[in-house]
Formats: sequence, C-alpha cells, structure tokens
Amino acid sequence: MKATVLVRPKPGILDPQGEAVESSLRQLGFAVEGARIGRVVDLELEDGDPEHARAELERMCEQLLANPLIESYEISVAPR
Amino acid sequence: MSERPRPRIAVVVFPGSNDDRDAALALASLGADPQLVWHAEPALPDVAAVVLPGGFSYGDYLRCGAIARFAPVMDAVSRFAAEGGLVLGICNGFQVLCEAGLLPGALRPNASLSFVCRDVPVSVERADTPFTSRCEPGQRLTVPVKHGEGCYFADGRLLAHLEANGQIALRYEDNPNGSIGDVAGIVSEAGNVFGLMPHPEHAVDRLLGSSDGALVLGSLVDAAREHALAPA
Repeated sequence: MKATVLVRPKPGILDPQGEAVESSLRQLGFAVEGARIGRVVDLELEDGDPEHARAELERMCEQLLANPLIESYEISVAPR
Repeated sequence: MSERPRPRIAVVVFPGSNDDRDAALALASLGADPQLVWHAEPALPDVAAVVLPGGFSYGDYLRCGAIARFAPVMDAVSRFAAEGGLVLGICNGFQVLCEAGLLPGALRPNASLSFVCRDVPVSVERADTPFTSRCEPGQRLTVPVKHGEGCYFADGRLLAHLEANGQIALRYEDNPNGSIGDVAGIVSEAGNVFGLMPHPEHAVDRLLGSSDGALVLGSLVDAAREHALAPA
C-alpha cells in the first residue's frame, strides 16, 4: 500500500526557505504573496488495512517524520 | 598538593560528528579524562558526564538531530540524564538533545538562511549551573558559532515557562540566527542538561582568539569531578 505524508512548517513559524523562494519568484515577475516550504515523504507500506495503516502513519509522524512543536502533517493513503 | 583527579567524561561520536576530537582535547586540557564513545555502543562507560559534540550526525537527514536520537547509545544517555547525570550538547549535540526531548524547543534554519561562522558575544544569564559556575552573572563571553540551523524556537507558552524558570542560561548579545528570545543556550528544568549553539571547545586558547569557552567546559569538569568524588 502506498501512502504520502506532507510535512509543513506550522503557521507563524519562520520559514526562511519559503521567503527566499518567494522573493526569487517575484524577481522572475510572478505575482506571489507567500511561499512556504515543507517536505513530502512517499512510503510503501506492508500494511493492507487502510485504517491500521493510517494509525501507524500517525505514529510515524509523531515519533519521527514531523516535529510536532514546529511542523504539521497531513497523511494520505492511496486507494487500492 | 597532589594532582587533582581527572574525571572521566564521555564524548559521543556519531557518524558525521566532527567536533568530537576538539571537545576531547579541550576537556583533557582542562583536567578531564575524555572517553570517545561510538554511537553504536548500547551502554556508557563509567563516566561523570557526557558531551554530545558538534557536527552533522547522520548527514542531518530529515531534521538536524532527528536520526541521531535513535542511536543505540542515546537510550543510555537518556537514562543517564534521567538519573541526574550531567549532559552537555554543543551545536549538533544541542539539536540532538532537543529532538530527543531532553531539552525543550527546536532548532530551525537560520533566519538569514546563511551559514554563520564567526565569534559572537553571549551573556551569561545563569552562573549557578554546573556548566557556567566559573562565570560571573552577566559576564560577556566571546565564543564562535558555526551553524546553518541554530534558530532556537519555542512557542509563546514554552518561552514564558523557560524565562520564568530561569532556564535560558546564555543569550546572544548580537543574535546571529534569529533565535527567539536571543536564546544561545538552555538548561533543563532539573538543571543537569545543557545545550548551546556556540562552540566552547573552539575557544579554549587565546591563540585561537578567545579562551572564554574554557569557562564553560571548565565548569563542567569541576562539576564532573565533584560528582565523581561524591559517595555513590
């Protein structure tokens, strides 16, 4: 089963990477009002049960993939 | 007077650590007996303190310190800290301590997005910790920083808690990385774990610009010696 985790800096957390990209996009002439940079983790799971997989992914995020103090996360499990 | 005992202090070596030997040399020059301990060791040798050195443990993959916290030796370090053992994390070591939950807060990319590598002035907010006892309250130390991700973050509630508890032991006088509250170093609530971004081990000889780092590491050596002499 495939799953994807999106990890984002929480609102209000300074994201200098996003700011640098925003200003570069502006220099290119794009009308950008904000850019925030997170990370994508694509996972291949042994699990066959989406409910169980989701619970496991939640634990993965809390324990390693995200730092809950500064990052939020979003889990999606690919339909079979 | 006979020579004072040299307390044993572990310096943990992760794959990607690069200030381990500097830390060991500095500790030895200040009267300690440093022991390099490989990250894969399941236990610590009999030591009076532990230092997590600077570097780029595990390539700083995912987040700085996020992978190092799973090193086998870190379970032993966590137990050591929980029992009141003295633990000092420098730069990457500070990041590891935050990721491991041994210190509160997190370290983020510098606000400038630039790697900063220069001497910075820091002021001693707490001179009554095992890591700063050789300093005077309010004393200005000049110690180098060299990091890309040293921007300390705590949310408003945590920061207020740290301030009220006096856990901010060192503050930047000229904030090099955007750290909230100008935090350069914090101690744990119990006071036996200390993390800082500046590198005291690179400032132990005036030939290298400053010897102020010796005040921090020397304080640790003093505390470790007392600990080693105390009856078990």
